[in-house]
Amino acid sequence: MATLARLQARSTFLAHQYYFRNSAVDVFRKKEYDAAVKIQSWFRGCRIRAYLRYLHRVATVIQKCWRGYLGRQHYQLIVKLEFCTMKMNLYNAMAVRIQKRWRGYRIRKYCFNYFYLKEYLKAVSETNDAIREALEEFAEMKEREEKKADLEREEKKRDYQARKMHYLLSTKQIPGIYNSPFRKDPDPWELRLQKAKPLISQRPKVKQKRGVNISNRLACTSARSLPQSEILPPIDRKQCQGPFRDITEVLEQRYKPLEPTLWMAEPINELKMAREELRKQEWMRNINDNMFLPFSSYHKNKKYIPLMHSSSKYGPNSYGSQHFRDENPKKWICDKKFKFHEDRNVCLTYSLLYPHCLEQHLAKERKKERKKERKRKEKRKKERRKRFPNCITII
Amino acid sequence: MHSLTKDQSPWIPNGKEGVMSLLRPLLLDVVPTIQQTAALALGRLANYNGDLAEAVVKGDILPQLVYSLAEQNRFYKKAAAFVLRAVGKHSPQLAQAIVDCGALDTLVICLEDFDPGVKEAAAWALGYIARHNAELSQAVVDAGAVPLLVLCIQEPEIALKRIAASALSDISKHSPELAQTVVDVGAIAHLAQMILNPDSKLKRQVLSALSQIAKHSVDLAEMVVEAEIFPVVLTCLKDKDDYVKKNASTLIREIAKHTPELSQLIVNTGGVAAVTDCIGSCKGNIRLPGIMMLGYVAAHSENLAMAVIVSKAVPQLSVCLSEEPEDHIKAAAAWALGQIGRHTPEHARAVAVTNTLPVLLSLYMSTESSEDLQTKSKKAIKSILQKCTYLPALEPFLYDAPPNILKHVVGQFSKVLPHDSKARRLFVTSGGLKKVQEIKAGPGSLLQEYINSINSCYPEEIVRYYSPGYSDALLQRVDSYQPLAN
Repeated sequence: MATLARLQARSTFLAHQYYFRNSAVDVFRKKEYDAAVKIQSWFRGCRIRAYLRYLHRVATVIQKCWRGYLGRQHYQLIVKLEFCTMKMNLYNAMAVRIQKRWRGYRIRKYCFNYFYLKEYLKAVSETNDAIREALEEFAEMKEREEKKADLEREEKKRDYQARKMHYLLSTKQIPGIYNSPFRKDPDPWELRLQKAKPLISQRPKVKQKRGVNISNRLACTSARSLPQSEILPPIDRKQCQGPFRDITEVLEQRYKPLEPTLWMAEPINELKMAREELRKQEWMRNINDNMFLPFSSYHKNKKYIPLMHSSSKYGPNSYGSQHFRDENPKKWICDKKFKFHEDRNVCLTYSLLYPHCLEQHLAKERKKERKKERKRKEKRKKERRKRFPNCITII
Repeated sequence: MHSLTKDQSPWIPNGKEGVMSLLRPLLLDVVPTIQQTAALALGRLANYNGDLAEAVVKGDILPQLVYSLAEQNRFYKKAAAFVLRAVGKHSPQLAQAIVDCGALDTLVICLEDFDPGVKEAAAWALGYIARHNAELSQAVVDAGAVPLLVLCIQEPEIALKRIAASALSDISKHSPELAQTVVDVGAIAHLAQMILNPDSKLKRQVLSALSQIAKHSVDLAEMVVEAEIFPVVLTCLKDKDDYVKKNASTLIREIAKHTPELSQLIVNTGGVAAVTDCIGSCKGNIRLPGIMMLGYVAAHSENLAMAVIVSKAVPQLSVCLSEEPEDHIKAAAAWALGQIGRHTPEHARAVAVTNTLPVLLSLYMSTESSEDLQTKSKKAIKSILQKCTYLPALEPFLYDAPPNILKHVVGQFSKVLPHDSKARRLFVTSGGLKKVQEIKAGPGSLLQEYINSINSCYPEEIVRYYSPGYSDALLQRVDSYQPLAN
């Protein structure tokens, strides 16, 4: 019990102590609480900052990788482009080189070939020189010819003069004017006169009276004597010397028709021609051109050429030669051919229904047969008569 | 009486109406000789004077003549054709009067006659009628004369050939269609064959006919060339007769002027050399077609111009230019030189070397030259100067030329001097730089620019040294100079 009392006495003290201790703590509680809060918040902050730092770092890494990747891609693109450009530049440069060479070559060879032009001009000047030479020669030749012609004309003139002045020639007794005794040599005219032939005083052109000539010609009006030549004789002809026959007689003789002997009149191949003549006449008279070939199988050797219409590609078509109707054997009732007369395969119904008609019909048929036979006989007779017209038939 | 009239007719042209009325009944006389002589007298009268020919037409004599042409003998035909020719030659109206009275058909019938004299007279008359203008030529062609004329050309008589060739030439000269009709009958082959004939008058007519045909168009010229006239035609250029030379060079000119290919053909056969020689051997109007031919050939292309230069044509042309008294020939020579020199500097140099430029300049400047000559020489100078880089030839121009040409000259200098140091030195020593400084040019003009570019080729001192008034400026400086006192 003592402790209880003690405790109870102490209880207020305890209570007060309890209260005071608790309240004292309360004073510190806020502080401590605040401090704790601060510590906690700061710690939390640290944690989160650390986390953030971590996150930042991680994000940086990601971004770094991504950016590196992008950059590398870009770089590759650039490199590619650069490479392409470099290649293209190289190709362009090479192409330019080729084009440069080709253009130079083309211009120099096809558009303006300097050496060809030089050659051409050289050729032109050579041709010019050649032409100049040729023309010079031609001109010289012409001059020479002219001079020669002139000289010849002069010569002729002098010759003619000498012939005219032939009487001035010196004789033995009297020296001529060109052969003066005081000269050393005779004048060249003297020599010319000596060489020249004296000119006959007859005028070279005799003017004929055309009227007389024509009347002479027209006098011969007989039919046989006029000349039928194409070339007419010249009009102004010099009168020929000497007594001549009358022109009509001459022309008669000239244009007399030929009368050869019998020996000459026949041609040399006359026998051959006569044979030909005979052959022609016979040919004219013959009706049949084929040679008569009795007992020969000449005609059998000829190959028969069938019509196209009646032959097919596998051989001659039987339609048209063997049968003329389009037949369909599949539709036939029986395979034997259907005969309508001669009592054998007469249609049964017909015979039963109309017996009298059948008799009449049969009589008609018999008559027809007899007529046919008669006709055949007569035909044979006619043929025989044709073939052997002269034979007498003993029947 | 008729013989009297015939003999005196050349001397008594007056009293024409009386004469006509006297002669007219004689034409209807019974005796054929009187008819012929009367016709001959009429012909001579008409031949003498145009008025008399008109009187013949007015006196209604032509129908009678034409009517009897068809029937009479050959002497009468010759005389009547002579009358028609004499009347038709004076003027186109008289020729038209002849055509109107139906003479053409009878003349064409005369062309078929046997006697060559009749054919000659008829062809002559037709030629004179066709000469005047294209309608009359067409009338002659429509009458069917051309095939007969071609037959006449083939005849052996030289006189007939001549007349027929001249008639064909007169017909074909007016228009391309007429020339084509002549060609269609096959005239070219015969004409080409006759170039070789030795008779010079015949050659004249034949060459004239061919040139009249070739002048109209390229096709006709090609047909003439196909008849293989080259190089035979070149021998005609060496003929003694001047007119043969003239007609031959006319023919070559007419062919050369159409296309470069034809000119090329002529150059290849050596035609240029032949023509140059021909120009050298004759004087006056005979040269003119040759000069023009060189101009035409050179005008087509620069290669042809070079070929012309190579054939030594330029010295010959400059000789022509200086020697000839007549202006139109000088003008042609100036034109030809211009055509040669205008292509490239090489060509201009070839022309300038022969010292023709001063001659051209003097022709341009002289007051006596005709307008045509002045224009042509000016054009020639300009076209040559545009390309000329041969400085020794340009220098005289600095002194004499008028301003419009001076501009070009200075321009050429300004193109050449910057590149050539020797030329620069020569320019200075020959006094050219001094002259250039003396030229007064408006500021900003083309001339001033050229002068500036020339000045810029030289160091400043030289330019100042040669500028005018430099000596005065120096002297002034001397005056104003104060020597250092000591």
